[in-house]
Amino acid sequence: MNPLLVNPGEEFARIEQDGRRAIEAATTLEELEAVRVQYLGRKGRLTLLLRQLGQLSEAVRPAAGREGNRVKDLLSRLLEERARALEAEHAGAAVAAAVEDRTLPGRARWRGGLHPCTQVTDEICEIFRTLGFVRGRSPEAETVWYNFTALNTSLDHPAADAQATFYLQADAVLRTHTTPMQIHVMQSSPPPIRVVVPGVVYRRDPWDASHAPAFEQVDGLAVDEGISFVDLKAAIAYFVRELFGRETKTRFRPSFFPFTEPSAEVEVSCTVCGGGGCSTCKGTGWMEIMGCGMVHPAVFEAVGYDAERYTGYAFGMGITRIALVRYGIPDIRLLYEGDMRFLEQFA
Amino acid sequence: MNVSYRWLKDLAPTLSGTPHDLAARITQLAVPVDEVVDLAWGLEDVVVARVTRVRPHPNADRLVLCEVQTGDGVAQVVTGAPNVVEGAFYPFVAVGGALPGGVAIQRVNLRGVWSDGMLCSERELGLGRDATGIMRLSGGFEVGAPLVKALGLDDHRLVVDVTANRPDLLGHWGVARELAPGGVRGLRLAPFPGHVSARYDRVTEGAQAMAGGVAVRIEDRDGCPRYAALVLRGVRVGPSPEWLASRLRAVGARPINNVVDATNYVLFELNQPLHAFDLAKLRGPAIVVRRARPGERIRTLDGVDRELNPEVLVIADAERPVAVAGVIGGAETEVSEATTDVLIECAYFEPKRIRRGSRSLGVETDASYRFQRGIDPEGLPAALQRVADLILSVAGGVVQVPAADAYPNRWTPRVVRLRPERVSLVLGVEIGRDEIAAELEPLGMDVRGSGGPLEVTVPPWRPDMAREVDLIEEVARRWGYDRFPDELRPFRLGRTQDDRVVRAVSVIRRAMVQAGFLEARSVPFVAAGVGEIPLANPLAEDEAYLRRWLLPGLVDRVEHNFARLVRDVRLVEVGTVFVESGGPLPREEVHVAAVWTGRREPSHWMGEKEWDVWDLKGRLEAIAPHVVGPSAFVRPLQPGSEAERALPFQAGSFAVVTQDGGWMGGGGQVRPDAIDAPRWAGPVWGFEMRLAEFGAPARRYAPLPSFPAVERDLALLVPLDCPAAAVGDAIRGSAPETLESLSLFDVYTGPNIRADSRSLAWRLRFRAGDRTLTDAEVDAAMKVIIRTLEEKLDVTVRGA
Repeated sequence: MNPLLVNPGEEFARIEQDGRRAIEAATTLEELEAVRVQYLGRKGRLTLLLRQLGQLSEAVRPAAGREGNRVKDLLSRLLEERARALEAEHAGAAVAAAVEDRTLPGRARWRGGLHPCTQVTDEICEIFRTLGFVRGRSPEAETVWYNFTALNTSLDHPAADAQATFYLQADAVLRTHTTPMQIHVMQSSPPPIRVVVPGVVYRRDPWDASHAPAFEQVDGLAVDEGISFVDLKAAIAYFVRELFGRETKTRFRPSFFPFTEPSAEVEVSCTVCGGGGCSTCKGTGWMEIMGCGMVHPAVFEAVGYDAERYTGYAFGMGITRIALVRYGIPDIRLLYEGDMRFLEQFA
Repeated sequence: MNVSYRWLKDLAPTLSGTPHDLAARITQLAVPVDEVVDLAWGLEDVVVARVTRVRPHPNADRLVLCEVQTGDGVAQVVTGAPNVVEGAFYPFVAVGGALPGGVAIQRVNLRGVWSDGMLCSERELGLGRDATGIMRLSGGFEVGAPLVKALGLDDHRLVVDVTANRPDLLGHWGVARELAPGGVRGLRLAPFPGHVSARYDRVTEGAQAMAGGVAVRIEDRDGCPRYAALVLRGVRVGPSPEWLASRLRAVGARPINNVVDATNYVLFELNQPLHAFDLAKLRGPAIVVRRARPGERIRTLDGVDRELNPEVLVIADAERPVAVAGVIGGAETEVSEATTDVLIECAYFEPKRIRRGSRSLGVETDASYRFQRGIDPEGLPAALQRVADLILSVAGGVVQVPAADAYPNRWTPRVVRLRPERVSLVLGVEIGRDEIAAELEPLGMDVRGSGGPLEVTVPPWRPDMAREVDLIEEVARRWGYDRFPDELRPFRLGRTQDDRVVRAVSVIRRAMVQAGFLEARSVPFVAAGVGEIPLANPLAEDEAYLRRWLLPGLVDRVEHNFARLVRDVRLVEVGTVFVESGGPLPREEVHVAAVWTGRREPSHWMGEKEWDVWDLKGRLEAIAPHVVGPSAFVRPLQPGSEAERALPFQAGSFAVVTQDGGWMGGGGQVRPDAIDAPRWAGPVWGFEMRLAEFGAPARRYAPLPSFPAVERDLALLVPLDCPAAAVGDAIRGSAPETLESLSLFDVYTGPNIRADSRSLAWRLRFRAGDRTLTDAEVDAAMKVIIRTLEEKLDVTVRGA
């Protein structure tokens, strides 16, 4: 007599047990497929048994059906899991085969990296942090008052010509320097002030190897009672040694910025040739790296600081330019192309 | 400003040092010198030659044969220059010699005729820009003489970058004053070769004066505080003598004729722009200084017909404008070879007026450049005398007295108070009263006062000396920036703190770098339609707006890489975008965006995989808390929502939202129509979100568990229309507090699953902080969970 008809539950349990064992025992995907065919295939043990359910009496058929389906689901799942395990094992076997050859390449990961300008910015800000400067932020679109007027620069004066300005409206410009941060910072806080603000600035210069219509600068500001030109020189000389190396020399020469007085241009001994003269320093042995000076009293007056009581110094430099010099990048446009092959060099 | 070394030495005979020494001193003392040019450089082989005969070339219409006296005999030279004249002198390089830059001159056969040497143009000799013909030398020369000697080219040009605050350095006199020992007292005006002194009376008057019979009237006293003029009759206009021409060439100016050259000479020497009118063409004759009238026109020296406006100050005769004051002369009254009588203008114009006039006409000249920076209003008489002497010396003629000097707005000396203690405070070193005076006096400042503040009277050529701090700078730079120590002194910390956004951005950048992304930068100019905020004066039409989103720029960068056959791209950018605010300034938002495509890992022999949508979602979920805040979450974007149009993603993208549902950005697969990708490229994934300001989450220690956990797996049969998130929420919602974690570890659909369902397998981990959980407790909890799932979601346990 057909065992199912005697005791369907027992027969399903047997199939379950045998199936489990067979699945466990399979060591290759091929063997596993054979097991699947043996149990769940068109002529598989379970399939055949399930087909016979119709011969059962009405009373036991539903229960037997549920049990049969449960075993079928279970075996299906176990087959899936075992297949996955075998796949993983197979990969492991490949490793095992390869283990003999330890010269095979390891598995690499993509290397990420900060933009060279970010790296220079962070480095500059960290150096100034050791001199007590915190890091701030300032808007990129400004009114004429913030960008020029409050900084003692009249549009009626040729000094404004040096900066080709992008206008949004008659009274709205893209900042031509990060210097307006001085006004925002002093308007928001009384002295003492020690802050550096890096950021994008805009000049209406067409693209070429050394010009971009947007590039990066950092401005610094220190205001307190009793700050002097000596403090400025000391801070800048310290900064230059930290950024370019101990042996780098600094020199100040007179310059003009409407918002500082006395004003100075800072030159450092050329980091490329060491001062001997090369194409980077145009043969002079010196490179201009930043402008600086004592905060002009007119700027203090614009923000309502007491210009008699407080003095201060300010400085500004081109981050982009420093990045070009530092890494020997010949063309500023490379910084903005997003070329993976370029950026990977700084990762 | 180009400075001739020899000119400087003529003005300051006590000045010592080589050209490079002086350049270094100017740089250290006042303004930078960009370049020192040796004008004789490369001219060793160039001699003066005379062309004695010019014949047509037998085989070429455009060439001529010249017989040239070279000092070494006669050479035959073939040239194509259109301007060879028999009897004139030209620069010549013989065969075997070289041009500046080392081009060797060889004997060449030009269309069947041998040419022995070369007649040179200005450009070939580095003496000017003119390459249209060979350089004809004016005056008499010794044939065969070195050109350097003959033209006085043994000189150096110092290219000085004069800053906008130092108009006094725009002439040789001012530069010499800055450099000479003893300053202003060490200078003298050297006599010219064949010097003739002009003698005339000059009476300073109000707004009206007479110059040799010409009425001079200033109508606009604000625009023109002073106007001096002198009439010279019987001048012979012609080429300048070589010494004058070479002086002008030394500073990079082009000789024109002796009268115009004389005015330019004084311009470069004394920083006083001058203008010569052909008196015969002045109607009246009269000079009126006034605003242009609406609709008035003038043809200027550069041949352009210009419409004037009342912003523009003009010099008019009795009827019409004859010059744009301080900017450019008129063509009709220009001095020509036929001119015999001239009126020389020597004026002071108000800087702002000249600036506006020059800008509104779009013309900038040597004169307007100086006027708008401010010349010496008291220097006019000396300049007029100097130019009169020079014209009489090089062009002859006589002065017709009197000279006019209309001076309605007198300059008044400015006295600035200077406190020695303030000098020390600002500069940080003690500089004594006497030292201060010793630094200022050579600059022409009168320093007075014993005890208390010093009273410093500022000379008229220093309009930049307006307040005390200006004088402090003078003291500092004259004293020497190099002499200040650079010792670090104690300082107080500031009151402000690091900006929060800067900190957040730094964290985000680093997280993305950790994940293998390279940071890119792009310039925020985009085409119309991509940005909201237009520029009033863009550089290019496709860069006429400010970006509203970072992503389109990054997609361009992916295309850039595809074009270079780079298939694996991972770029991140943090930057400002500009949003219409309704006010004059746009609102600025800091955005974070990334794009990536290609393989998840660098190529490896065990196989490799491409980025997929679950990498995208995982990246979003990892980064969103840093950008948007701890409460940020990522969910499928509702089709048809506003946000769908903002970013160029395909259907099936995600939204990043805040706890209260505010949309902060999203991520997805870049739509194929939004990127120009080659066939071999993989899907391009990306995201963009707005940075929100939020406080860094406070971290607190939680005790590590001391009781074991109980784990249960739950395989669920879930209808296809029921999202996994709903199942997860239902499990969490119905579980007791002891549910420590819930994870989905398997999703399956297949032959063993009902077609309208899928299997989701979850792992639940329970743990109590104060005791070991019993199986019974967990079983009870599981029962509740399962019942809830069945009732609420029609989800059943698989196999049950």
